[in-house]
Amino acid sequence: MKIAVLVKQVPDTATQMKVAGTAKAIETAGITWIVSPYDEYAVEEALRIREKRGQVEVVVMSLGPDRVKEALRSCLAMGADRAVHVNDPALAEADTLMAARALAAVIKQEAPDLVLTGRQAIDDDMGAVPAQVAEILGWPCAYWIMEEAIADDGKTVRIGRQVEGGLEIFDVPMPAVLSAQKGLNEPRYPTLKGIMGAKKKEIKDVKASDLGLAAEAPQLPVVALEALPPRPPGRIIPGDVATAVKELVRSLREEAKAI
Amino acid sequence: MKLELTDEQQMIQAMAREFAESEIAPIADEIDRDERFPHETVKRMGELGLMGIAVPEAWGGAGSDMVSYVLALEEIAKQCASHAVVMSVNNSLYGWPILTYGTDAQRERFLKPVAGGHALGCFALTEPQAGSDARNQATTAVRDGDHYAVNGRKLFITNGRESSFALLFCQTDKDKAHRGITAMVVEKGTPGFSVGKTEDKLGIRASDTAELIFEDCRVPVAHRIGDEGQGFRIALAALDGGRIGIGAQAVGIAAGALARAIAYARERKTFGVPIGEHQMIGWKLADMATAVDAARLLVWRAAWLKAKGRRCTLEASMAKLFASRTAVQVTNDAIQVHGGYGYIREYQVERYYRDAKITELYEGTTEIQRLVVAREVLGGAE
Repeated sequence: MKIAVLVKQVPDTATQMKVAGTAKAIETAGITWIVSPYDEYAVEEALRIREKRGQVEVVVMSLGPDRVKEALRSCLAMGADRAVHVNDPALAEADTLMAARALAAVIKQEAPDLVLTGRQAIDDDMGAVPAQVAEILGWPCAYWIMEEAIADDGKTVRIGRQVEGGLEIFDVPMPAVLSAQKGLNEPRYPTLKGIMGAKKKEIKDVKASDLGLAAEAPQLPVVALEALPPRPPGRIIPGDVATAVKELVRSLREEAKAI
Repeated sequence: MKLELTDEQQMIQAMAREFAESEIAPIADEIDRDERFPHETVKRMGELGLMGIAVPEAWGGAGSDMVSYVLALEEIAKQCASHAVVMSVNNSLYGWPILTYGTDAQRERFLKPVAGGHALGCFALTEPQAGSDARNQATTAVRDGDHYAVNGRKLFITNGRESSFALLFCQTDKDKAHRGITAMVVEKGTPGFSVGKTEDKLGIRASDTAELIFEDCRVPVAHRIGDEGQGFRIALAALDGGRIGIGAQAVGIAAGALARAIAYARERKTFGVPIGEHQMIGWKLADMATAVDAARLLVWRAAWLKAKGRRCTLEASMAKLFASRTAVQVTNDAIQVHGGYGYIREYQVERYYRDAKITELYEGTTEIQRLVVAREVLGGAE
């Protein structure tokens, strides 16, 4: 069995975002990059499936510039077997559909039995790629999975996806695309042995032309990025409690229109 | 000159940081207060490969290097100095000499389980009368056929109670003084080998510091590490590495206290501004940060030399000397930045202050480091 895991490299959650001079991208200087946390759940789940079933190859895939190799290497350090890196300046402005086309093309070449990924990347929070990849491949897709169990014959996977107040259980024919929700598992730390062994594992570089992708313009071009407006200062209502509460309720109702 | 960590070193540093922040930090205050040895997290450290970082994979280790070791150790010490000393002794004082001076059969039996994190090792050199005067060994081993009969007492042994293996130094030939000192591994459970009292300490309270007692303890000659009379040399060589580890621990303690002082100086306001904006506090933080970085660079240099297999006695002592003094100074200043709150347990810097002091004492006091450095710079080493 082969499992493909799609990961995206994103700025660390603690990053203070700044809009770059072009106003179309963020300032990337000084950013610490990490594997998007939802994608880490996907990597972990693939490794657990391998540990449970044996004879499973875990291939991580990502798209982006040279720095993305670090993200792939940390997945290899966690235990993935090898990686494919779609690294092409022609895809620098890729929107979700272009990214999905590129990843779907890699998936077609690799022909895995299952694709796992995060429910969304924590940078732009689009959450579109899993569905787009599934649509391009013509495979079923389930989002926000909290549990999975592949049938012994490897033909279907039973998943539980998070819905309001509970789990929705489906049997999904394989191959399929599943996106991980927080709570699916607790990702492992890479061990020192894993880290030392990661450099011996293959990261295959592919270009758009290797995937037969035609040049195209993004259908979702970024028009502009704007920083959040600074938060207005708070207001302290003076006076004794009874009067102050009245004033607070009045201003919440009449000025803020919050109640 | 290249002052850059490799990809692997950065990943190891990041892994150790993440592990320490999420699994060690939450228990650090409690295990200090209760003097509880943290079996659960020490086991996790073993699984992650932190207990035999520079030991090759063939002998159960992670197959990494000394630089990765100090990077990881600093991250652990930033959260808890007790965990750091358990790790340091296991790697430098026990693992390294067995790897370097042991035979394959000894590595298989005494190193593999320790480097793989399944058991702990300790380094039994210090005696009641032999601390800084380490040559003055009173523990004796008398050859009797294919065994040695060992008698004596070892004091202040880190990991002493928890260890499965002790690297013991004892006198096999009193007439030869320190040239009659021999190293051997004694397994826990060997008749005649027992653990005495565990010390109640100012700091590193979650690590166990115990007395080891040997009464007609019969140790197979096959457990001897190196030759008879080679023991003191082995001990000194191990201490070169040990001092780099303690240097890294000291940097971690200082860096942990500094981070808390900086956070507090940003938050706490007096006279209408965050206290970091008062020049007296700003300058203090500047000096603390500069000292921590200088100590870190000394430790990195010594570790790099050791990784290259070069002699590093001078550099290891300098790193340990400077880093330990920095830890004591910076943790003291961190309390000062916190004012009265710094004296309260909840703010944690008092733990760092108590933990820092030991780095000036063990694996060679500040005075011994100065002695080593002075001899080295004067060119009169033995």
